[in-house]
Amino acid sequence: MRLTTKTRKNIGSVVYHLFVIALALFVFYPVMWLIASSFKSHSEIFTEAHSLIPSELRWENYVTGWKGFGRTTFATFFKNSFIITFASTFGQVASSALVAYGFARVNFTGKRFLFACMIMTMLIPGQVLMIPQYLLFNALGWVNSWRPLIVPSFFGVPFFIFLIMQFIRGIPYELDESAKIDGCGVYRIFFYIILPNIVPALITSTIFAFYWKWEDFLGPLLYLQSAELYPVSLALRLFSDPAAITDWGAMFAMSVASLIPVFILFVLFQKYLVEGISTTGLKG
Amino acid sequence: MEKNPSLAPAKPVPRKLRKGKKLKNRNNLAGYIFISPWLVGFLMFTIIPMLWSLYLSFTKYDILSSPRWVGLMNYETMFKYDYLFPQSLKVTFQYAFTAVPLRLLFALILALLLSQKRRGVGLYRTLFYVPSVFGGSIAVAVMWRQLFGVNGALNSILMALGVIEEGIGWLTGPNTAIWTLVALAVWQFGSPMLIFLAGLKQISFSLYEAAMIDGASSWQKLIYITLPMLSPIIFFNFLVQMINGFMMFTQALIITNGGPFNRTLMYVLYIYRKGFTDYSMGYASALAWIMLVIIGILTAIIFKTSSYWVFYETGEGK
Repeated sequence: MRLTTKTRKNIGSVVYHLFVIALALFVFYPVMWLIASSFKSHSEIFTEAHSLIPSELRWENYVTGWKGFGRTTFATFFKNSFIITFASTFGQVASSALVAYGFARVNFTGKRFLFACMIMTMLIPGQVLMIPQYLLFNALGWVNSWRPLIVPSFFGVPFFIFLIMQFIRGIPYELDESAKIDGCGVYRIFFYIILPNIVPALITSTIFAFYWKWEDFLGPLLYLQSAELYPVSLALRLFSDPAAITDWGAMFAMSVASLIPVFILFVLFQKYLVEGISTTGLKG
Repeated sequence: MEKNPSLAPAKPVPRKLRKGKKLKNRNNLAGYIFISPWLVGFLMFTIIPMLWSLYLSFTKYDILSSPRWVGLMNYETMFKYDYLFPQSLKVTFQYAFTAVPLRLLFALILALLLSQKRRGVGLYRTLFYVPSVFGGSIAVAVMWRQLFGVNGALNSILMALGVIEEGIGWLTGPNTAIWTLVALAVWQFGSPMLIFLAGLKQISFSLYEAAMIDGASSWQKLIYITLPMLSPIIFFNFLVQMINGFMMFTQALIITNGGPFNRTLMYVLYIYRKGFTDYSMGYASALAWIMLVIIGILTAIIFKTSSYWVFYETGEGK
């Protein structure tokens, strides 16, 4: 009796793992295919379209792809992406931390109403506002510069404000109280008590902000005209234009290259990412 | 503007704390200083643009000349003459109402599979999340376009298996194009999966124990314990994903560019074209406002009906 249950359990376990691995291979196929294609020769991309093993590793695809188009290389596009992403990420996280502290710990008149406003804006998608925001930045003369992509980041992001607030709420009030008794004001409490305690939330926010900015396409598409200002996302779109493309291997190579920073970040900070998704998802 | 306002309180001026009536005022000041970045941004980048676009939706405006008041004409054109407006709405609804439920279903099944205590589930979770890490990136959209192209990998596989003789134009077929976009959304089920996994962890084991004593089957446990306990999280996911679904843009632009025959003309893509190809800013603003109203109504419906299908434990509000 005991043996049969054990065998049944084992069979169940084998079936389970086979099933999950098969599913994982299925889900992973597109990614592996993209990487494989980036090493294939032009003709092989079309004759052996589905194969995951290129007949030879053509690193030249990366070399030719890196040259970019016009007179701008991907070195410029990557540099642009990094500048935009770093500046914007810093702004988003720093401003969101301040706002989160204000909402979570300071009592001021009108707080409940303003907090409700902030939660509401989480539900308003940015795409709905693209016309008037474009007109605003156009009126300011900011079009064809990075300013529309960076400056608004310094005004807090509701999603991150909310995420950081959840963390601040987990810090015991006694810490604030004892600091108050020692003569600390709200500002000092923020910098010396709260800030060191919300580092995980700040890291989570940083990673998300980085991802979203790195991938952002609509913003650069609306605001940037000169190729030397393009981030990778926008450059890749032109580079892969089906009407103009000649070197498919190079296009795949640059697609892979654009994902590398994202992937590295994922490997390094996986834990924070998963935690961030879980907490905001739960507390929403 | 150049000066970064969020850094304003970066050098706190420590003041001696005086007890008494002034405390409330001081808190007010401090509170508003801390939230000022958001408050200013909210007014400048959300409220004023919203009101401005409401005004523009009643005008004809091509950026070069100043807006000209035309009353309800934009809305009239939209509902009476513009066949692309209902077309893009139809496509967007079709997309959102297939992609989101399928994605959540997939996420839920995977979460249930990977919440079991077995060897290697941690690794599996990571693997299944990877496609979502690459999320809305252009590289993934480009990849998808090539996968489903006439000379792409999918046709190549199907031909190797002998299922089809010639390559199918998935992206150019009027009936298949939108499904390639749905497939992309379903493929990226990672984030809802992680949220479901976190939710499953929260369900008290004692509930399952009690069910086990009562002799409940795994299916009954799923229907009577897991799903009801998970319903608030399903609800949250559904709302967020729905709004995201309605805002689909990048993939539709890169993969199908709205075609064939406008069968994948997502609403945001249509707004974009009206605004930035035709320079009909007034009309595009009217389109955007209709979308805002639709999202508002949808959110309200989801919230109102949630009491019928979302289970909250007593004493533990939302």
